[in-house]
Amino acid sequence: MVVRPDTTSAGPAAQLSGVGHLYREVAALQNVSLVVPTGSDTAIIGPDGVGKSTLLGLLAGARVIQRGRVETLSGDMADPVHRSRVAKRIAFMPQGLGKNLYPALSVAENIAFFASLYATSVVGRHARMQRLLQATGLAPFADRPAGKLSGGMRQKLSLCCALVHDPDLLILDEPTTGIDPLSRRQFWQLIDEIRAARPELTLIVATAYMEEAERFSRLVAMDSGRVLAAGLRQAVLARAGAATVETAYLNLLHPGDGSVRRAAPTLPVRTSYTGPPAIVAEDLTRLFGDFTAVDSVSFRIERGEIFGFLGSNGCGKTTTMKMLTGLLPASSGRAELLGTPVDASNVETRQRVGYMSQSFSLYGELTVLGNLLLHARLYHLPMAERDERIRKTLQRFDLDALRNAYPAALPLGVRQRLQLAAACLHRPEVLILDEPTSGVDPEARDAFWRYLGELSRRDGVTIFISTHFMNEAERCDRVSFMHAGKVLAVGAPAELRKDGQGLEDAFVACLQRQAPPGTPSPAPAGDWIPTGTNHTVGQHDWLRWVGAFAAREMRELLRDPIRLSFALIAPLILMLTFAKGISFDIEALPFAIYDRDRSSQSLSLTRHLTGSRYFAERPPIQDDADVDRRLQSGDAALVVEIPPGFGRDLLRGYSPTIGLWLDGANPARANTARGYAEGVAQSFVAALEQGRGSRQRPAAQALITLEPRFVYNQDFASVYAMTPGVIMFLLMMIVSMMTALGVVREREIGSIINLAVSPATTLTFLIGKLLPYVAIGTVTLLMMVGLAVFGLGLVIKGSLAALLVGGVLYVITAASFGILVSSLVRSQVAAIFACALLTLMPALNFSGFLQPVSNLSPAAQVIGLAFPSSWFQQISIGVFAKGLPLIAFTNAFLALTLFPLVYVMAAQLLLPKQER
Amino acid sequence: MARRLANVVYLSLKEFASIWRDRGMMIFMVWAFTGAIYLVASGANIEMRNASVGFVDSDGSQLSAGIRDALRPPDFAAPVTLDQASIDSAMDAARFTFIMVIPPRLEQDLLAGHSPAIQLMVDATAMTQAGIGTGYIAEILTRETRRFLSERGVDAAPPLSFTVRAFFNPNLDDKRHMAVMEIVNNVCMLSIILVGAAVVREREHSTIEHLLVMPVGAAEIVFAKILANGAVVLLAVVLSLVLVARGALGITISGSIALYMVGAGIFLFSVMALGVMLATLTPAMPQFALLAFPVIIVMEVLSGGMTPIESMPAYLQMIMTAVPSTHYVKFSLSVLFRDAELDVVWPELAWMAILGVLYSLIALRRFRVMLERSTGG
Repeated sequence: MVVRPDTTSAGPAAQLSGVGHLYREVAALQNVSLVVPTGSDTAIIGPDGVGKSTLLGLLAGARVIQRGRVETLSGDMADPVHRSRVAKRIAFMPQGLGKNLYPALSVAENIAFFASLYATSVVGRHARMQRLLQATGLAPFADRPAGKLSGGMRQKLSLCCALVHDPDLLILDEPTTGIDPLSRRQFWQLIDEIRAARPELTLIVATAYMEEAERFSRLVAMDSGRVLAAGLRQAVLARAGAATVETAYLNLLHPGDGSVRRAAPTLPVRTSYTGPPAIVAEDLTRLFGDFTAVDSVSFRIERGEIFGFLGSNGCGKTTTMKMLTGLLPASSGRAELLGTPVDASNVETRQRVGYMSQSFSLYGELTVLGNLLLHARLYHLPMAERDERIRKTLQRFDLDALRNAYPAALPLGVRQRLQLAAACLHRPEVLILDEPTSGVDPEARDAFWRYLGELSRRDGVTIFISTHFMNEAERCDRVSFMHAGKVLAVGAPAELRKDGQGLEDAFVACLQRQAPPGTPSPAPAGDWIPTGTNHTVGQHDWLRWVGAFAAREMRELLRDPIRLSFALIAPLILMLTFAKGISFDIEALPFAIYDRDRSSQSLSLTRHLTGSRYFAERPPIQDDADVDRRLQSGDAALVVEIPPGFGRDLLRGYSPTIGLWLDGANPARANTARGYAEGVAQSFVAALEQGRGSRQRPAAQALITLEPRFVYNQDFASVYAMTPGVIMFLLMMIVSMMTALGVVREREIGSIINLAVSPATTLTFLIGKLLPYVAIGTVTLLMMVGLAVFGLGLVIKGSLAALLVGGVLYVITAASFGILVSSLVRSQVAAIFACALLTLMPALNFSGFLQPVSNLSPAAQVIGLAFPSSWFQQISIGVFAKGLPLIAFTNAFLALTLFPLVYVMAAQLLLPKQER
Repeated sequence: MARRLANVVYLSLKEFASIWRDRGMMIFMVWAFTGAIYLVASGANIEMRNASVGFVDSDGSQLSAGIRDALRPPDFAAPVTLDQASIDSAMDAARFTFIMVIPPRLEQDLLAGHSPAIQLMVDATAMTQAGIGTGYIAEILTRETRRFLSERGVDAAPPLSFTVRAFFNPNLDDKRHMAVMEIVNNVCMLSIILVGAAVVREREHSTIEHLLVMPVGAAEIVFAKILANGAVVLLAVVLSLVLVARGALGITISGSIALYMVGAGIFLFSVMALGVMLATLTPAMPQFALLAFPVIIVMEVLSGGMTPIESMPAYLQMIMTAVPSTHYVKFSLSVLFRDAELDVVWPELAWMAILGVLYSLIALRRFRVMLERSTGG
């Protein structure tokens, strides 16, 4: 790194005093005080979970300050006015390979999004983007989606996005973790050039690679939320009495007793075994679509050997390991384990192999002991030995005291130890370990290697281990360099490391010989001179922010087939389901006749019944017992019993009694069936009397006839009555769910951090999120109306304009409701369920869908009116069924304008810009 | 084989621990089988209650007053008097579901032996109420007229009368049907969510890969999930039937609970196999929820619990034959309400079993494909 004296004249770039931070009850930072001079370069070192990210988040304004004072660029970061003012001068690159990038967006689109958030004029922006792309070597990939970039490229893109607005303070959280050494070097070269061109730029970097920290002029060493030491690098090293940062860190961790621990674990000489090699790979290849993840990889690993697999994230290490364990079939090539070809169904071989996957893959819901017991059972260890074996394993891996703890509560290092213990429980001959030590502190890593050494040398276990740490690779018997699916070199570390060069240099040399496409040609330093970015807040900023958020969301949505089809196809399927499925019209009700008269009158009644479209005749019933049986089996839902003497009595005016035996299991159906049956019987009598001129019996006393007029729906068909309501409730549910997902998704993925550190306001973010869903929702609305008219035969009797205006207002309301829900829930799954539960009940029960509003109790009517669905239901039914004009819906329009305003305002109050 | 069975048992034990530790899901499940059932059965339903009636009386006779008084709660709200001119606007504003228009000289005409007519305007956009309510009103009208005539010594015996007997549910009590259908609905929903989430979670935490490296097969993992989650849901169903439906709601369940449990068990197997299949089609929880959600709704609406399956179009009935809940609804009604025995319900049991086997075969096949897909580099 460029070495320069501290620029102290301008005051510190950042200053913390007495800063503390808690997550629930766990302290992430405790009483941290720190000064970062302007123009300096500082490395914050320490393993995962010591509070580095929290510290950087506070400096960048991404997190709420809980305790103490944080000043960045000479202002209080607790003050929102100052934060919004300096946001344009700070660039923050969060941890995780390109976590703040949008994987569905292309390289150029990502940079353009950041540029428009941070206000660079469109002309200058393009030139600057080109220069950044050139300098990072990303220019040939400008149109590739960020999700399809390699780790190294993603980091560079992340850096481009951070630099697009010419920051004065650059904060990088573990920018190089997991990327290959060549990319890593290029990355630091780039940073050096930028710093050379802009001496006033202050750089703060968190890193887990101790070697990397050697490049920086200042160090901050952290452990469990505290600063162990801070200051110029040389001063820190001198204080710790160490030559390298790694030893310095270990000494600082344990002041005083360095001597015992500092002895790096050295492995005794390996005993050679005879017999076939433990693992053989020959031309192993794996394709995912047109992407070659592993490209004809070959190696053989001898029994008892520790074989290291060195390479960046995504280079094919994990895929190779999965092929060796039989988790993934190889596309071509041969893999052999312990002398037998790898075969997924070979239980016998699996019994002899132990595996540890990259992430923690034991059960969080089981205790330490529970996890080991599950392993013992699934490996079918003999009952007699089982408890003894578990006890010994707990002792050997120092887990005895933690036997009843749940893994989630344990530090990463201990969890990794537990995974190793579980993998070793059944005494495997081969151990396949996929990056077992990433994120673990150096001390725990040394301890881990002591176990590995013991397993290899004492028990003769073959260990196949992957890593991206050079110093771990040094400890292996043999190493292979892997990059982009290919093995570049295999050999003992001493062989690979030529003429005193380090292993990393050897790897870089290999990579350079490969000459991968897109090797960056460092840009001349002069190119980094700032383009005069406007660092003040402009008048129309909010408009540009809304545009930036909306355009980005729309692009992402259009490229996500699952969400898009949920928004566009699911409503149509559900609408058809409801239209065809929910029918209160009874047709073809299975009925059987039990004719005990057999007169011409009874036969005529039977004909009347069978001729009705409401009834479908089943075979006639013969005797009393049959009635029960037929109803019981559901063969008939109605039995009509015609008594003996029916015809005679009817003619004599004796008012014979017909028996209607109903299946009461479904009461609604039974009621309707009874009504229809009585109706048919009455019409039979009427026809009979007409035919006979009612002469043969005494004239029946005339009664009042009821003439029902089914208004709005002459045919009295469910589909006409239900469909407007179905449109109402599906729009509400689907649109609100989609919108809520849009916000919560960003929170889950982590890209919401861009909002926290950007100058854009929460309101512009929410409105920007809203717009694409309103657009999609409007398309959904049009499709549903189209399906109703062209597919289901509904007629728009009233004002189409009212339906469309009301529909769009309703879609806006539904999207706003989704925004409100998203400010209340944390996960996408919760967002889906919350939207379903919160919209379904008021939309179905209180908005006039199942029950007319006029039939509800006054309290229920108020609930209905307080929810937007009842207002759109008025419009939907009014236009489709009642033929009302635009003017009839003034109140509904007004209500549907007010709801979204209230929802969005509430959401803005509830959604904090910063994380806690 | 013994080894495989043992694995299923061991993995089920683990699965129980997972369910037990997932407190949010536990609370949700307890609610779904207690409070939710109670609320639905005792409250919101599609029976007609409190229907709003407008009354235009141009006769003002004793008879018309009698008809008006006969429209009584709980079926009808007290009728509101209207004048002729405001009928249309009242209908447009949806103030009433029914408006009864009594013509002048109604009573006179009736006593003169004519057959006068009363017009009833029905808001047919309120399907459930419109149909049932019109029937009720016709019945009330006939009853009132007869009463009125017989008080004046006129014989008004009908030409035909009916005895109606509802088997299995003499009072045509809707509560019972609603409660049992709600249990069926919640079984569908919870089974798919529980087992699907269990699969997706293992995948997201990559524990499933860990299991597959051990001497454990995919089938054992799938069946352990179905077994454990199925047992939990089955227990919930039985408790819900006995404690909530029979206990709190006072519903009489006449059929054999033991036979019902057998059927529910087979159904759980088939619906959970469907859940696993859905889970293998999606990469993560949110996508699973988006996929499962419409499937659950379609199952609830079209299985015959909400409206009778025979009134659906034939092709839809055919499609729904491939969905296990259709058979479960039929089975539940037969066993719980019609006291049906095995000799009657065996076809439903067979259907559910066949569908279960089919879905689990597809799920297992998809399982491997899914694992290959989930691995990037």
